[in-house]
Amino acid sequence: MSQAEAIYALWLREFKVFTREKSRIVSSIFTPMLWIFVFGGGLGSAINIGNVNYQIFIYPGILVMSVLFSSVFFGVYVIWDRKIDILKAILVAPLSRTTIFVGKVLGGCTDSMIQALIMLLVSFILGIYLTVSSFLLAITILFLLALSLVSTGLIIGSLMESPEGFNMIISFLIFPLFFFSGALFPIDNLPIWLSFITYINPVTYGVDALRMAIIGVSQFPLYVDLIVLTGFAVVMFTIGTRTFERMK
Amino acid sequence: MDNAIKTINLTKKFKDITAVEDLNVEIKQGEIFGLLGPNGAGKTTTISMLCTILKPTEGSAQVNGYDILKEPEKVRKSIGIVFQQPSVDDILTGLENLRLHAMWYGVPKETRKNRIDEVLELVGLQSRQNSLVKTYSGGMRRRLELARGLLHLPNVLFLDEPTLGLDPQTREHIWEYIEKMSRERQMTIVLTTHYMEEADNLCDRVAIIDQGKIVVMDAPDSLKEKVGGDIVYLKTTAADTNKFKEIEEVSKIEKKDDCIILTVKNAGEHLQEILEISGKVERVEVRSASLEDVFINYTGKEIRAETGEGGIVQRIIKERTVR
Repeated sequence: MSQAEAIYALWLREFKVFTREKSRIVSSIFTPMLWIFVFGGGLGSAINIGNVNYQIFIYPGILVMSVLFSSVFFGVYVIWDRKIDILKAILVAPLSRTTIFVGKVLGGCTDSMIQALIMLLVSFILGIYLTVSSFLLAITILFLLALSLVSTGLIIGSLMESPEGFNMIISFLIFPLFFFSGALFPIDNLPIWLSFITYINPVTYGVDALRMAIIGVSQFPLYVDLIVLTGFAVVMFTIGTRTFERMK
Repeated sequence: MDNAIKTINLTKKFKDITAVEDLNVEIKQGEIFGLLGPNGAGKTTTISMLCTILKPTEGSAQVNGYDILKEPEKVRKSIGIVFQQPSVDDILTGLENLRLHAMWYGVPKETRKNRIDEVLELVGLQSRQNSLVKTYSGGMRRRLELARGLLHLPNVLFLDEPTLGLDPQTREHIWEYIEKMSRERQMTIVLTTHYMEEADNLCDRVAIIDQGKIVVMDAPDSLKEKVGGDIVYLKTTAADTNKFKEIEEVSKIEKKDDCIILTVKNAGEHLQEILEISGKVERVEVRSASLEDVFINYTGKEIRAETGEGGIVQRIIKERTVR
């Protein structure tokens, strides 16, 4: 009971910080907007994938991208908390490390989901009309992704000492996860090396599921996507709690 | 349970530097206990181990009857801490900081509001409780941190250099709160400081630490007695220092530049004799022994010789760059 309240308090802190730093939300939405309207709009004026306009085709991919970037990047705040000694105050409170991790993960997921919601509204501008069920499915998929990726970011953040080091590591991680996810191209006819990397990238299954939810096309059956995403979330979450146990 | 804190051969090593070595201390419930020493002596490391932030390399300790290794969460729940570097959240208001803290420490909902109002009043921050902490001055942050440390009514309060870098007025205020807490709530207080007068006025007992070891531990008055009397400074170049030995009450003679420093029992009564021996002096200064003198006496160096931030970390960095 008291742990539930402690988790709420940890989440509340992250949420308040997020709502007070408006620049975080603006900057995290700006890049995906460029992708959708400039890259997608530009190429879309000439290219269709199957019978789907390119701009519409990459829209689910860009949604995943915005969640990917903001979720993994959330890990850097652990480093900042450490730098300004707030982490010490949290670590010395009578909270289990699992509680701290859960509070942080929920805080990060909230940030990402707020951004995802704003991005989902863009669908109206693009002329995509989501039904309630496809909207709820999209939210579920994005939440599973956020859960795994926030965990990933926090694991890296808890192991690093400087924000610069963190940025180095995640740019090596984020861009491959994005480019090898099929966010920007269909994955049914790729060269073998490219399709191999794409198939072992868990983010691919998020893009695929979301494409199913939003525009009704996909490579894998939806249940496969959901199993992979859930598995990814469970694994990253478990590793995350273990890493926080050992964090100094 | 008489002892609030008991350490058994508590030791912490960082690579090849021993920050704290075989520390054995017992601190009674309700006692104000001071850890004195220069930066890098191991004060913060000791406190960090007692707060379960750092794991000891060897030995153990009990805080409020809980083992720091086996029951860290119970230890953490029963203690309050004011860190050397303020750790309050800049982007939240003072009130929000306290509310979150109350939830982390499981302060019951019914008493939460009262406790928060009480500590805010104690440190005089009610009028600023709704301002973001980043608009606070250094002293206000320290006071908020102190309020936070007291919020859950801990049995033991750890204060790591709580007045470092504060103006004299704020320092005095903070000491008032601390004394009040100790008196009214029988709260055990463990503090580190390198302001000697502060420790002298406030602490029931002090331990002087140097290079990770306790050099001496006792009540401030007994420690000062052990120095062997008052301190007499004579600014002169003429005198023959050996002649002072003729006075029985002189227990220590030291020559430093153009000054002679004597340790004399009841110096006031022997000033006449001292001046007769010394002949012409430019300046005379007589004062009673302070903890500073105790420190010099036991460690052979002045505590203020090393100042600035850091501590053990700086020592490690120094060692590393030397290599």
